[in-house]
Amino acid sequence: MNAPKSYRRKLDLANGRVDLSHGAGGRAMAQLIEDIFHRAFDNDWLRAGNDQSAFDVAAGRMVMTTDGYVVSPLFFPGGDIGSLAVHGTINDIAMAGATPLYLSASFIIEEGFPLGDLDRIARSMGEASRAAGVPVITGDTKVVERGKADGVFISTAGVGRVPPGLNFASDAARPGDVVLISGSIGDHGVAVMSKRENLAFDTEILSDSAALHGVVAAMVAAGGASIRVLRDPTRGGLAATLNELANQSDVGFQIDEEAIPLKPQVAAACEFLGLDPLNVANEGKLVAIVAPDAADVVLAAMRAHPLGLESARIGVVVEDPHHFVEMRTSFGGGRIVDWLSGEQLPRIC
Amino acid sequence: MKYVDEYRDGKIARTLAAAIAAEVSPSLEYHFMEFCGGHTHAISRYGLEDLLPPNVHMIHGPGCPVCVLPIGRIDTAITLSRRPEVTLCTYGDLMRVPGSKGSSLMKAKAEGADIRMVYSTLDAVRIAEAEPHREVVFFAIGFETTTPPTALAIRFAREKGLGNFTIFCNHVLTPAAVQNILDSPDVKLLGTVKIDGFVGPAHVSTVIGAKPFRVFAKEFKKPVVVAGFEPLDVMQAILMLVRQVNQGRHEVENQYIRAVTELGNAKAQALVAEMFEVVVSFEWRGLGDVPDSALRLRAAYESFDAEKRFGLVSHPAKDNPACECGAILRGVKRPRDCKLFGAVCTPDNPMGSCMVSSEGACAAHWTYGRFREKNARVEAAA
Amino acid sequence: MRVTEVLPNEMAKVTLDGVSKIISTALIDDVAVGDYIVLHVGYALAKIDPEEAERTLEMLASAGVA
Repeated sequence: MNAPKSYRRKLDLANGRVDLSHGAGGRAMAQLIEDIFHRAFDNDWLRAGNDQSAFDVAAGRMVMTTDGYVVSPLFFPGGDIGSLAVHGTINDIAMAGATPLYLSASFIIEEGFPLGDLDRIARSMGEASRAAGVPVITGDTKVVERGKADGVFISTAGVGRVPPGLNFASDAARPGDVVLISGSIGDHGVAVMSKRENLAFDTEILSDSAALHGVVAAMVAAGGASIRVLRDPTRGGLAATLNELANQSDVGFQIDEEAIPLKPQVAAACEFLGLDPLNVANEGKLVAIVAPDAADVVLAAMRAHPLGLESARIGVVVEDPHHFVEMRTSFGGGRIVDWLSGEQLPRIC
Repeated sequence: MKYVDEYRDGKIARTLAAAIAAEVSPSLEYHFMEFCGGHTHAISRYGLEDLLPPNVHMIHGPGCPVCVLPIGRIDTAITLSRRPEVTLCTYGDLMRVPGSKGSSLMKAKAEGADIRMVYSTLDAVRIAEAEPHREVVFFAIGFETTTPPTALAIRFAREKGLGNFTIFCNHVLTPAAVQNILDSPDVKLLGTVKIDGFVGPAHVSTVIGAKPFRVFAKEFKKPVVVAGFEPLDVMQAILMLVRQVNQGRHEVENQYIRAVTELGNAKAQALVAEMFEVVVSFEWRGLGDVPDSALRLRAAYESFDAEKRFGLVSHPAKDNPACECGAILRGVKRPRDCKLFGAVCTPDNPMGSCMVSSEGACAAHWTYGRFREKNARVEAAA
Repeated sequence: MRVTEVLPNEMAKVTLDGVSKIISTALIDDVAVGDYIVLHVGYALAKIDPEEAERTLEMLASAGVA
């Protein structure tokens, strides 16, 4: 005979809040994990309830990445901290040309955080993870006192496998290489900012948060051997990415302002706020440095993918010991795209 | 119609560039000073100097209100912000301006001071309303453009009966700065700074009108063309200045006819006049003490004056001795003449305010000028 | 920026390319929907005169001619 199950009150997702018992390692925590996280991520690894999850590793090169998500506000047009965490981690793996395999997610939750919001975030992560085909196989939960964590912080790790023959490297850009971008810049930053209380502007711009491993796979199939490096321009925007690469590869860039895809609404929002779209974060775009002979086929592969429809060729790599990112403006004049020293937009991802 | 893009058309820019190139006299050197942060920004952002012929030189004047704020006033603001009951509200530009001993509002914030960035003075009033237990001080800076917004904030605070809102007033006057430069030995006697004409400020002129600049044209015999802040406005203004110089005229012309009138915004001017009076003397970074160049609250509005409420005393503080911001603000030196530029002083580690503010000459040169030193000019389209 | 809505307490909604912001019009008079304004730090400083704007654009376009 089975022993009768003791009564366990269901989590009150409508009005309940996370409290310190949910992080204490006891029954309350187990219930939170099961009712919210296991349900949202829905896979056998998590249901096994171990402190770790095992998987077999094929021969070859693995990559691993880790990320922290502190975006404010937690819910923004086009996404939330959960979907952002899944997409961002997958993208870090994808930038190596690697196939993302597994994710982990660790939650640091503030006492008093509404259970309903936590459930929403978890479901969003679950959906993003399933859509991308990359499961969250292990996780952790901690609760800290009110005031110590601004809602919730999410920390992730991801692993992936690099197809043989690929060796993207940050120091691989060479003079003559072509610079490609997979779509419009500044969407994510503007979407998040539009919800910041002290800025308050209305716009229909959605965050471009998306998992890029599909478009990367298409690019690798088209011309993987000719791709020098991929990078996703998140915090600091396109300007930061190009400056980083210029320094890492000991080169310069010549970029054509007119060629950079930019939505009019994003341009207008930046206008209102006195920001340069080049410095605004993206969460569903990538920059590719490609050998000149393969630029056309790689660009075509990008444009054929739903996440790369507006892909464009925006410039070239040049020799430059100063590592300047030069830009030809729409006027035909020139300027340098600088690497901002500070964060214009805090808590953007 | 958006009245934004139309004034940024690259094709028209090249046509204007060709017109300027065609009209400059090859035997003359033209030096035009702008003293409007919006113009400094437009010139560098669009790379306008590349489109000008080599004998047309643009000089950045003291148009950046952040740049002309003396270190002593930043120090005062930092000291004020450290008082536990004070919430200091400020425009974003001021956060990283260096005070004495490497301090800044950003660093003070990291150390625990309640300093909040606002986009508009209205935000500061809202904070005062929402947090009645805080002493909210708005760090008011700027030329005639930003003074009316400050005045409005005080009016709103008064209407709402807020007793916890004050301003730390550092509003300055444009014509006084221009007068000071034109009167300076560098310009008048020594001829170290050659100025053949002025590009009149955009936003400031919408408020004060074109009239205040007539005295410069008449007394100092320099042409002034008030220009909008879009890049095509600036180029057209340069063309109009070239023509004035060639024809030996020194008049005030208004290129920004769509927004600037002869007398300006009377409503805004009246509001400012009601609350503020001119201060006999005010220290400007780089220019020293300039007479009749700044504002303070009238006695009737004393209760909104942070300096009175908190008994603030400002001590003049010295700039880094090698920092050339002062000379650069007067147009006497260029950023690359400063030993610190690019060496110790970079946007990452600014030594002076000219490097911090997006409208500062050194910041503009960092972004744009270094590029020009490296490359040849773009040929103007035929 | 174009005024798309006049609001109480001398405020208005302005729009540029689908992005809207609520700003103060306390410094100018007679604001109506459809007016274009010069915006600075959250305040309308002046109205843009459409006729003069047209004139400026014509001058710009014909710059190199005659």
